[in-house]
Amino acid sequence: MAVKLPKKKGVFVQMEDEIASMAAIIGASWTGARVMTATSGPGFSLMMENIGFAAMTETPCVIVNIQRGGPSTGQPTMAAQGDMLQCRFGSHGDYSIIALCPASVQEMFELTARAFNLADHYRVPVFLMADEIVGHMRERINIPDKVDQVLRRELAGGKLPFQADEDLIPGFATFGRGHGVHVTGLTHDERGYPCTTNPGVHAVLVQRLVEKIENARHTIADYDVINPDAEQIFVAYGAPVRTVQQVLHDHGGKDIGFLRLRTVWPFPENALKVFPSAREFLVPELNMGQIAREIERHVRVPVRAIPKLGGDLHTPDELVRTLEVPR
Amino acid sequence: MSFEDWFRKDRLPHIYCAGCGNGTVINCTLAAVEEMGWKKEETAFVSGIGCSSRAPGYIVTDSLHTTHGRALAFATGVKLANPSLNIVVFTGDGDLAAIGGNHFIHACRRNIDMTVVCMNNQIYGMTGGQGSPTTPIGCLSTTTPYGCAEPPFDLCELAIAAGANYVARWTSYHVKELERAVKAGLEMQGFSFIEAMVQCPTYFGRRNKFKEVTDQVEYLKTHAILRAKRDRMLEKGERMPEDMFIIGELARRNRPAMGVKL
Repeated sequence: MAVKLPKKKGVFVQMEDEIASMAAIIGASWTGARVMTATSGPGFSLMMENIGFAAMTETPCVIVNIQRGGPSTGQPTMAAQGDMLQCRFGSHGDYSIIALCPASVQEMFELTARAFNLADHYRVPVFLMADEIVGHMRERINIPDKVDQVLRRELAGGKLPFQADEDLIPGFATFGRGHGVHVTGLTHDERGYPCTTNPGVHAVLVQRLVEKIENARHTIADYDVINPDAEQIFVAYGAPVRTVQQVLHDHGGKDIGFLRLRTVWPFPENALKVFPSAREFLVPELNMGQIAREIERHVRVPVRAIPKLGGDLHTPDELVRTLEVPR
Repeated sequence: MSFEDWFRKDRLPHIYCAGCGNGTVINCTLAAVEEMGWKKEETAFVSGIGCSSRAPGYIVTDSLHTTHGRALAFATGVKLANPSLNIVVFTGDGDLAAIGGNHFIHACRRNIDMTVVCMNNQIYGMTGGQGSPTTPIGCLSTTTPYGCAEPPFDLCELAIAAGANYVARWTSYHVKELERAVKAGLEMQGFSFIEAMVQCPTYFGRRNKFKEVTDQVEYLKTHAILRAKRDRMLEKGERMPEDMFIIGELARRNRPAMGVKL
């Protein structure tokens, strides 16, 4: 980024810490710029307060987290997926975000482009939740001549700066265009003015912040389904996708199902209904079972977390053995 | 046009206590902005958290009321992404010097082109009167009930040491001087820092034996010493009394600046 952005009329700045990086991209976003920052481990924790500010002020921004083992300084740099709940719930209060999980270099490219489009469309922080394995991976990729670009919808004349349209998303009042918008992390009304003691104003605002994302979860959803009639289904995102792919490759047939998620938040629970014969969901993750817990909320059959800690991927054999465990 | 045209009148009444010095500083700042002839759509106000930081909410331009201590980091992002915007930051002693201390020195070091007006009331006013990094030794607050035992920061010395191009300190008594200092800051390229010592009758004055608002303003007036006078005292070998503070223009230089409009 430091090499390429200045040559593309962009701006790169190395701030003094991750708190400041998150702050600076939010400030830059209000000038209409597309913005991103990247981090791993403790830096992600430092960003949390301002991520909440971005959610509250509906500021489009992209945050890349190349996850490593935690808690604390943990394992720089070994792979993990331990921040999947932190990216969803890490700042205080209720809000929703979007999180995408690449499993290859090609997806790193494609999902980064999509992350910017989603951020601009929904006016929300979008997380690219990769891990050290994908982050350090080298693979051949195809870079298209052009990628689809969904631009921010500018605030229409006559509309208040935080007055939502039918899709629950307000037009964006870019700084410097005469909108005279006041942006605050305080609970605010449709004018953007602080209004902290009216229970109704707070409830309406926070419900909208959540619903503009959750109501759109089936549109935002991005997943692949393999062998929908299987009884045992792997669900994976990020680097563990590669191990499941190896298992499917080595054990051809229709008896192993696979739900491969690229969008993890908002969680696309409809994807789980694509497996009518499902007897069990198996969830290999590089954490103690963070998304397995989410899947449990949505299905009536057993969900088995297959945690792997320490930085290595599950081996294909480890996953095959989970299929053989007597039920 | 007058400075009053910069206010959002539909947001009145404001939150400031009777006798608060912040309104004076906001008036002086807007008067200076008005004198610059800046267009409203080319100007943005940024702030953090605290009494001082509520100011942008009363101003008609685009404004960003951010998280505690982080105003300068947000403002850096705004300015680097769109250098054609004129940026003015309102902050206070707690916001700038405690939680935001790191961003303060780094914004000075980058010498990023913006003007920062700090309302130093020597206390956390909004949260109920806790001691701040500028509470003088011996002063009472809810967290220094036996008198503040920690030495305070000199914010201007900090800004100078860290590299700001323009640094000045005045008080809510020195209205004309303060306005001129803010204007000088707005005219300068690079980081301009103007510290305004202000009275906080509700939390500082009440606990520290200032019966009337005017007593505290009088204190600021009589304990402020012009830089030139201080320099003359030092030449004569006299010492400046410890309860006095320096006012006036304290730095003006031309270090290379970031974020300057081309």
